[in-house]
Parts: sequence; structure tokens; C-alpha cells
Amino acid sequence: MSIFVDANTRLVCQGMTGDFGSFHTERSLEYGTKMVGGVNPKKAGTTHLGLPVFKSCHEAREKAGANASVVFVPPAFAGDAILEAIDAGIELVVAITEGIPVLDMIKVTERLAQPGTKTRLVGPNCPGVITPKAKCRIGIMPGYIHKAGRVGVVSRSGTLTYEAVWQLTSRGIGQSTCVGIGGDPVNGTNFVDVLTAFNADPETDAIIMIGEIGGNAEERAAEYIAKNVKKPMVGFIAGQTAPPGRRMGHAGAIISGGQGTAADKITALEKAGVRMCKSPARLGEEMEKALAAAGLLEGARAAVAVG
Amino acid sequence: MKIHEYQAKSLLARFGVPVSEGRLATTVEEAVEAFRALKVPLAVVKAQIHAGGRGKAGGVKLVKSEDECRAAATAILGKKLVTHQTGPEGQLVRRLWIEKGSDIQKEYYLGIALDRELRKPVVMMSSEGGVDIEEVAAQHPEKIVKVAFSPAKGLLPADVQKLARGVKMAPGLEPQAARLLPALAKMYVDLDCSIAEINPLIVTKQNQLLALDAKVVFDGNALFRHKDLLEMRDLHEEDAKEIEASKYDLSYIALDGNIGCMVNGAGLAMATMDVIQLYGGSPANFLDVGGGATAEKVTAAFRILLGDAQVKGVLVNIFGGIMKCDVIATGVIAAARQVDLKVPLVVRLEGTNVELGRKMLAESGLPIVSGTDLDDAAKKICAAVAAGKK
Repeated sequence: MSIFVDANTRLVCQGMTGDFGSFHTERSLEYGTKMVGGVNPKKAGTTHLGLPVFKSCHEAREKAGANASVVFVPPAFAGDAILEAIDAGIELVVAITEGIPVLDMIKVTERLAQPGTKTRLVGPNCPGVITPKAKCRIGIMPGYIHKAGRVGVVSRSGTLTYEAVWQLTSRGIGQSTCVGIGGDPVNGTNFVDVLTAFNADPETDAIIMIGEIGGNAEERAAEYIAKNVKKPMVGFIAGQTAPPGRRMGHAGAIISGGQGTAADKITALEKAGVRMCKSPARLGEEMEKALAAAGLLEGARAAVAVG
Repeated sequence: MKIHEYQAKSLLARFGVPVSEGRLATTVEEAVEAFRALKVPLAVVKAQIHAGGRGKAGGVKLVKSEDECRAAATAILGKKLVTHQTGPEGQLVRRLWIEKGSDIQKEYYLGIALDRELRKPVVMMSSEGGVDIEEVAAQHPEKIVKVAFSPAKGLLPADVQKLARGVKMAPGLEPQAARLLPALAKMYVDLDCSIAEINPLIVTKQNQLLALDAKVVFDGNALFRHKDLLEMRDLHEEDAKEIEASKYDLSYIALDGNIGCMVNGAGLAMATMDVIQLYGGSPANFLDVGGGATAEKVTAAFRILLGDAQVKGVLVNIFGGIMKCDVIATGVIAAARQVDLKVPLVVRLEGTNVELGRKMLAESGLPIVSGTDLDDAAKKICAAVAAGKK
């Protein structure tokens, strides 16, 4: 099972022929991901890294059965690249690109909201999605830090996610799927979408959620968790010391008009029953305690042994 | 990217939003000349800085004669204005905007910003003009009327009606609102704004709608398609260290504390600041060196950190995922040598080849302390800085 991606995921890379796209296509191939090719209209018909280059997502879908795409296209063209993947009926689009104009993303989300659209967009400005058991790596995360297992991870940040994953793996606790939803103010998949999927996934026993200042996605997640999630959850919110009105690296990480503070998010998630960590260095330890308290720790460790 | 009020007003005028006639002055003489040229009995001398709250800080003065204009310009120009948005050090006034005075009958708030939850721009209007919208939102949320719109369609007549009637605008003003509101929405979309605010939007005694003040912020990610707007950037209004950092593609924000930090990734960088505070320290900055922390970038980051005299210690926290820890260690050692480091440095590395990286730091001959994890590293730098104070 796992969420969003599995052993049947056939990945195409938009922007594969660039340096960044090439580097991560190689890493995904090494990891065992089923990559079926790349998209670049100017280089259509050639091969790159031993993979065919298609002229469009439509062609990649028709000729190679692509059902997922990863976008490395530069920010000025990334919005159109995502729209192309949606039009081609690609089921999962993971946008890595950082710096896409907000209005381009509004156009994309309006297209996603049209009736009959089946695409799920993850990102942009995210590390991607990885399911270790299916050997499916879509994005830029270091593959080796992950181990197959039963804890789901969802986060707005990249390296902070790696931090959490590494702590889990170091403690012999594996992951079902890790999803980076990205640091932009307008994105595709949000916390509630991912939590809904983890909650329904029989192979996910517990969830780590990492949020940050800005917006109210964490507050919405807390409402959902309070009503629906019985699985143990551990959380962290970054930006407790961030000054208001300043964008902290991520375009979406800004406290504006007193809204989006870390304190509000932490309170909301604590009320919803999430075990909140004061330091991100304690995420692994706290998850170990949470699994043990729920009688799930042995199962979680056994899953790693099998995976 | 922020711009000045006078620049924002020139853009508003271009899109058909009524603004008062005015002139820019960078000297007292130019200010007096501007007053003379306007040929009006009443003018307003307004300090041009990228911060709100200028009026309360003495940066806006009404003048009725050349002498009054001279006095006002002398009092404001070249002075540091301290408002609730500038911080205690204030912002130096280098430009003045001299504008025709207006007879105010009524003031409204009008602004457009992104609604992240709706994933659309939202127009906000309130009968409480001239007040910070945050204040109105906190005390009288019922007085704010909001209408979201699709950028592809623009603001529709029904939207305008809802806004105008929501703030109880006199029906006679609706035709003006029907031109002004969609014009502001069009500017917001066409110029990739992230904020476009007219506060106050006034009704003059002659029953004309007029933008009395204006604040426009552009989406920095969209500036590649607005090369002309880049000319409006005023580097004087930005932090010198932040400008320097942006040259190296580093994301840097100066804070008030004394522990400099250098981290890869925005989320981890924020978390590192938080952990420093958790253990009793105070972060001097946010600094994200990005995913590919090269030796060149690390060196530039060190120089910027140490250029801040407040910095009494440095914490480097790098999760070496794709980048191997020995490569990062090489960069840190080279940079520490080059900048002649004189404050305690704690380095926490994690990821591929971490043992090799730590060994290299230990054998470098430099006074570098290794942290085993983020908590350990934060405790060590906080202790070192605290010890240095005694």
C-alpha cells in the first residue's frame, strides 16, 4: 500500500536534460524507481541517461505508460509544465521547482479544481515523495537515509524532513511514505490531504508532521486530526523565533497580521492530541515513545527487518 | 520587493486609479520648488521610506506656504524616522513626496492580498480607513468585507457591488468604484503584486474617490517578467548584509541575537534558531545556504555572519544528504581559515561520511567543536557564548 506512489508508479521527468534533473534522475534510477523517460520538446526522439526523451507528457503517457511526473523545469516555465502534465492526465505530479510566481500557481490550482481533473499535485518547492518499500523515489531527497517501515512523514520543509527520517532510521524505525508538501504559499497537496491518506493506509501505523510559520494549514490539520486521526502523531513547528513580517527562506514562511505564528499552531496541534516536540532533535525519540505507548514499536521494527 | 509610496502612486495612475498630483524632492530646495510648482494653498510633505506608521512618527506634515514647506522638509529630510515597522534604529529619509492637499469627507481601507486558503487574491474593504487593517481585523472583523476573485477573470461588477455596499458607500459613488476597484485588481494581476493597498482611499468634499496613500509589494519570484519594475528597487531601504547575501544566492535575515547560524534548508534553519533559544541563547540571524552548500557559498556566509559585530559565536548545522559531510567539512575549514575566525565555532554535521567529516574538523588545528546532534550543538554554542560574556 503506502500512499500516492507504489510499485506500479511509472515516472517521467519534466526537465530531465538539465543538470539538476539529470543528477536526480540518476539518483532515482539507482534507488530502483521505475523511470520511463523525460520530456523536452527540443530533444524529443533522443535518449538521455539511457531513457527516451518525449516531446510532451501526452506522448510519455501514450508510449511509455507514464502515470507520475516530477518537475525540475525552471520557475518561469514550471507552471506551464505542471498544466501540461495535468492535461495529459498524469495522476501524480511532483513539482520540485522553487520560485514559481504565485499567480502561476493560482492558475494551476484553478485548473486542478476543474471537475473531472484526476491529477494530484505535490509541491511546488518541495523535496518530493518517497516510498522505500516500493523503491520509488520521486524528488531530491537522499534515498539512503530512508528504510521501509510503518511511520508516515509529512512536512513543509526539506532538510528538516531528512532530519526526522534519519532519526527514525537510526532507531530502527522505518517509513511507509514521506511526503514533502513544500514551502510555497500556494501548493497542490496540503497537510489534510496527506493525513487523510495516511489515516486510511493500513501500512501506516503512526505519523510525523512537521509544519512551519505562515498560513493556517497546520490549524486546519489540527481540526482534521481531532475529528479523525487515532494513529499516534508526533509533531514539530519551525519558526518560533522568527520575527513577524519577514519571509524565512520559504515564500510561505511569514507571519503576517499576527496570523500564522508557531505558538498558535503548536497549541492547536497539542489540543488535537499530537505529541509536539520543542526541538526537532527529539522527533525520533518521541516517535519511539509514542509507538511503544501504543504497542506498535515491535511491529514497526519488524517491518524494517522485512523491508 | 517593496517600493515607495510615490512609485506605487505612479503605477496606480497608469492603471486608472485616481491619485493626487505631486512631485518628488531629494533636497529642501527641491521640496520648496515642488510646492511652488503645485500652485495650491495646501500641500502635504511625506517622507518616503519602506515602512508604515510615518504619520505618527512625524514623517507627514501639512504645509500652507513655501516657508512652512521649507521648515517641514528640513525637519524630515536626512533624519531617521522611527515607526512601529522600522525597528528602534529607524530609517533614514532620503526622498520626499510633495503632494496637493485634499479635503477629506470619508476614509476607507482598500487592499488586495493573497488568500492562501482560497488560493486566490482577495479584495478587502473596510469603512475604517487610515487604520492598520490588522487592527481592524482584531477589533472589528465584521467591518471588513472580502471578495476573492479569479486572476483570469478580474474583479466583476457583482464583486464591486458587494464591496461598495458592504462598506455602505454612498450609491452615487458606485460608478467611480466600478472603475477604481477593477483597475486596482488588474494592476495586482498584471504586475504580479503580492500586496496592493490603498489606505486610506478617501472621498473628497467634491465627492471624488482618491488614493491618499499607497503600498505595493511585488512577488519577487515574478520579477523576471517585469524588468521595468526592478528599476524601482531602492537598495538604501534594505539591509546591507541581506543584499550581500543575495549576491551569493544565500537567504539571510538579520536578527537581534549574538549567535550566528548557518544551515542548509529553510525549515532546518528556522528550527536551528528555535533550538538556540530553547537552550538559552539568542540567534543573530536566519541563514539558509541552500541544498548545495559549496565551499564558496560557505565562505561567503561566514564573512556575512562575522561582519555582524554582535556575533559572539557561530553554529553551523548541515544535514549532508546529497552533499557529503567530508566535502562540507572541507568548505567549513577553508572558510574558517580565510576569515580568521575569532569566536567559538560549533559544527554539527549529519549524513554521508559524517565520521570522516568530523575527523577532518578535529584534525584541522582550528578551534572547532563538533556537536553530535542539533540539541548537543545548540547547548555547546550557547554555553561557549555565555562563558565568553563573563
